[in-house]
Amino acid sequence: MSDKILFMKSHEWVQFLDDTTARIGISDYAQSELGDLVFINLPEVGDEVIVGESFADVESVKAVSNVYSPVTGTVKAVNEDLLDQPELVNSEAMETWFIEVENISDKADLLSELEYKKLISES
Amino acid sequence: MGTYVPNTKEEQKQMQGIIGIDSIEELYSDIPDEVKLNAPLNIPSGMSEMELSKKITNIAGKNKVFDSVFRGCGAYRHYIPAIVKQVTSKEEFVTAYTPYQAEISQGILQSIYEYQTMICSLTGMQVANASVYDGACAAAEAVIMSKERKRKKALVSASTNPMIIETIATYIRGTDMEMEVIPTKNGITDIDVLKEKLNDETACLLIQQPNYYGLIEDGDEIGRILGDTDIKYIISCNPISLGILKTPAEYGADIAVGEGQSLGMSLSFGGPYLGFMATTNKLMRKLPGRIVGETTDAQGNRAFVLTLQAREQHIRREKASSNICSNQALCAMTAAVYLAAMGKKGLQKVATLSMSKAHYLANRLCELDGYEMVYKGEYFHEFVTRVDKDVDKILKALENHGILGGYPLGNNPYNKESKGQILWCATEVNTKEEIDTLIQILKEVD
Amino acid sequence: MKLIFEKGNTNRGCDLIPECDVPVVTLSQKFHRKIELNLPELSETEISRHYTELANHTFGVNNGFYPLGSCTMKYNPKVNEELAKLPGFTDVHPLQPEHTVQGSLFVLQQAEKYLCEITGMDHMNFQPAAGAHGELTGLKLIWAYHHDRNDSKRDKIIVPDSAHGTNPASAALAGFTVINVPSTDDGLVDVEALRGVVGEDTAGFMLTNPNTVGLFEKDILEITSIIHQAGGLNYYDGANLNAIMGVARPGDMGFDVIHLNLHKTFSTPHGGGGPGSGPVGCKEILSRYLPSQGIIEEDGILGFAHKDEKSIGRVKSFYGNFLVVVKALAYIMTLGAEGLKDASCNAVLNANYMMHRLGDVFDIPFGNGPCMHEFVISLNKLKKEKAVSALDFAKALLDHDMHPPTMYFPLIVYEALMVEPTETETKETLDEAIRIYKEVYAYACKAPETMGDYPLTTPIGRPDEVKAARNPILRFDFSSK
Repeated sequence: MSDKILFMKSHEWVQFLDDTTARIGISDYAQSELGDLVFINLPEVGDEVIVGESFADVESVKAVSNVYSPVTGTVKAVNEDLLDQPELVNSEAMETWFIEVENISDKADLLSELEYKKLISES
Repeated sequence: MGTYVPNTKEEQKQMQGIIGIDSIEELYSDIPDEVKLNAPLNIPSGMSEMELSKKITNIAGKNKVFDSVFRGCGAYRHYIPAIVKQVTSKEEFVTAYTPYQAEISQGILQSIYEYQTMICSLTGMQVANASVYDGACAAAEAVIMSKERKRKKALVSASTNPMIIETIATYIRGTDMEMEVIPTKNGITDIDVLKEKLNDETACLLIQQPNYYGLIEDGDEIGRILGDTDIKYIISCNPISLGILKTPAEYGADIAVGEGQSLGMSLSFGGPYLGFMATTNKLMRKLPGRIVGETTDAQGNRAFVLTLQAREQHIRREKASSNICSNQALCAMTAAVYLAAMGKKGLQKVATLSMSKAHYLANRLCELDGYEMVYKGEYFHEFVTRVDKDVDKILKALENHGILGGYPLGNNPYNKESKGQILWCATEVNTKEEIDTLIQILKEVD
Repeated sequence: MKLIFEKGNTNRGCDLIPECDVPVVTLSQKFHRKIELNLPELSETEISRHYTELANHTFGVNNGFYPLGSCTMKYNPKVNEELAKLPGFTDVHPLQPEHTVQGSLFVLQQAEKYLCEITGMDHMNFQPAAGAHGELTGLKLIWAYHHDRNDSKRDKIIVPDSAHGTNPASAALAGFTVINVPSTDDGLVDVEALRGVVGEDTAGFMLTNPNTVGLFEKDILEITSIIHQAGGLNYYDGANLNAIMGVARPGDMGFDVIHLNLHKTFSTPHGGGGPGSGPVGCKEILSRYLPSQGIIEEDGILGFAHKDEKSIGRVKSFYGNFLVVVKALAYIMTLGAEGLKDASCNAVLNANYMMHRLGDVFDIPFGNGPCMHEFVISLNKLKKEKAVSALDFAKALLDHDMHPPTMYFPLIVYEALMVEPTETETKETLDEAIRIYKEVYAYACKAPETMGDYPLTTPIGRPDEVKAARNPILRFDFSSK
């Protein structure tokens, strides 16, 4: 895992590829809380994402949860493997990105891995 | 007073004692006095089953049941096999709720799965839901399903049943969608106008096949025009006709919907009927309503469950693909038993007979003075005549002989030239003798 | 069980339709179906046995206790089924001339009259086919009302966080934005929070009363008046009317528009998911917007009133699920004023009896005072201490020939089980259910690790729902035959 990975309190992770480009996924803790995922609704390339707003949702059998964006920017790519294999998130949450965002103009207050681990150990 | 409360007054008292109250009124202590009723409801006293039976039978007797029906317009009298009525009266099916507990609901779940399969077979589509309220609601749901972020305009052909058009209009009024009605030319969708109206804000086009006037639309040509676009092609089809007529899938439809009443449901003064919906794999997750899927249990037994539930209102709430909860499950089962009883050959026969009788009726009508066909196109089991006589008088003469004639089109808002027009229908239940009698009666009407 | 497509043989079938007695017509080739029509080919014996087998694997109210909270699974009287099958009702075309359908129009007129009396409304319209359909219709009325008054900035519908999922879904479908308002720890609408969210953009408020935790909203007059003062309208979701027939009426609580579920309160069967009937009722101020106007009488002849120019338009073909209305009318006529009240009182008595007797073992979050016709159990303690969920508990009940309560609703209660016994169950049935609930609970505490295995005696074990949703198989594949 790269040291560039940061977290949101709402359990998303973000990995900056450079200053204005990043990949976003959900944490291993989040996937374990959600249980077996059966479908993931992703945005389209070219969509705008905004800090703190939902850009995707993940479905388990009996629940739907929003996924919030840690950054403001434009969707450069979406991980299309997830459309057929949502279980990738369950098996390798930290390696499985949802979207890649470019032209990042804003970002949330993010937690380091240590801070995030502390957060979930307290909850 | 009739009652379905089994506990005797003594038992009720005993239960109150255990709870620790003196009267049931105490349980209502949270209801403020200002809203409590202080007088009995103004409803007559109850009655025994025998009295009720007599009263309701008397009310039913005030309706006139016609011996022969030549009226359709979205509700059709077809033969209903005895097995259909027997199977769908089974108390287990009638009194079950939506099958949330799959382990004790495999029967109803499997029946829905079989129904979904049959709707896919009929329409040629890949995925069907477990039913919606009726054909008009299915059309409205399909229109809403076609909405995309940048495509919010629905086009609907004027040759669609006016009740369907009105229902769509009601559903989308007040939302971010809008609807435009494409006019007809010679009774079918005006393709030149249609082409002009298509643009990158168009979400869908809905046509009815066969259309409101019974005519067969050029579904292939429309399919070609829409084929290269992202516009959803919605076909509202008559399920009986699909025994012999080209399917929505063959026309390239994205969504097939329709009124399933013809599949074993009685006319019933308009309901309960059955809305069916089917679509492509691509649009599967946008399909509203219950959907049953196949899976296995821990022992590997085949099992059926309600699936893709995360689309639905009880999970997704305000973001659900639809608000539908209760549907028309028993009507869907009715359709499935009907299709099982008919089989492929039976359905083809019903379709062929309905169409042939309608053509016989049309030919005989046009032999009469003053009657002519309004449209020249090919038609299925409905057609429109124009007559230079008093339509009311014609229909009254038929009524006096126990015949429900065609439907007078005089007040169709989408057809300003409908004066003197009658929309006729025939099905397999109309015999040659009945049709010949009808013609004899009409000969006497000036 | 084999699928119907796995039975029968080519060319088998039933002889149902005579040969054609007129010249057979064919259409142009271009209109012909070219793809195969795959339908079963079975004898009548096989069809009959197939569905008997399916019926044997289906659990209805007639099979046993069915205390499914918020669904009112009361007994479905047989006479109503029989009367709705009279040819005078079933063989009538919806577009017959009015003078030939006087019986049907009388049914609609009487049902409207009685349901208005029961609910305190001025009008009732039968087009909506189910509860959610009624909600959509009612919300359209609210939209039309504001729009007609040039007050179209009102685009918010407020719903409690404990509401049925259909409430927010219907509001969104009708084009509104949904505002959730929290509940208090007592399970009631948080009146202060409600005051905080109303404003010039409030179109309306949706509520069930008794609410979804089975309590009567005692501040109901204050609640409805907050909405009215803000310029909004109050919508009553009739899902829980079974508690208060003849006791209190939504029309007297400040509600302007309601829907009823005839398939709950008025005893018509659920049919494995439908058809139901969700008539929408309203006060005079909304009458012009109804999908169609009521039945009028002229010279002793009943007829449909002309549609009002302000109508929202129809929400369905024809006049709704008419035969369901026939059954509901028969029910009302059987019970009469006194019997309707007695039904509600006994629904409440049965619920309180069960709640009281379960209270020594189960955690009943809002169980301090009396409940209405249903109550909610929380198994959160069992979940936390023994890792036994409400689902596990419900599945274990399946081995005892009874339908479990509603699970995981309302969403504001953790590990919720919602119990609605209804008035048509005997004391013995309730006693037996209480015994079994306690027995299963005791067992769950003793051997929690086995609770994931239930049910054991049902035709199938727990189905793999994840597999079903990840790789949907939604129809039979004929090429596999």
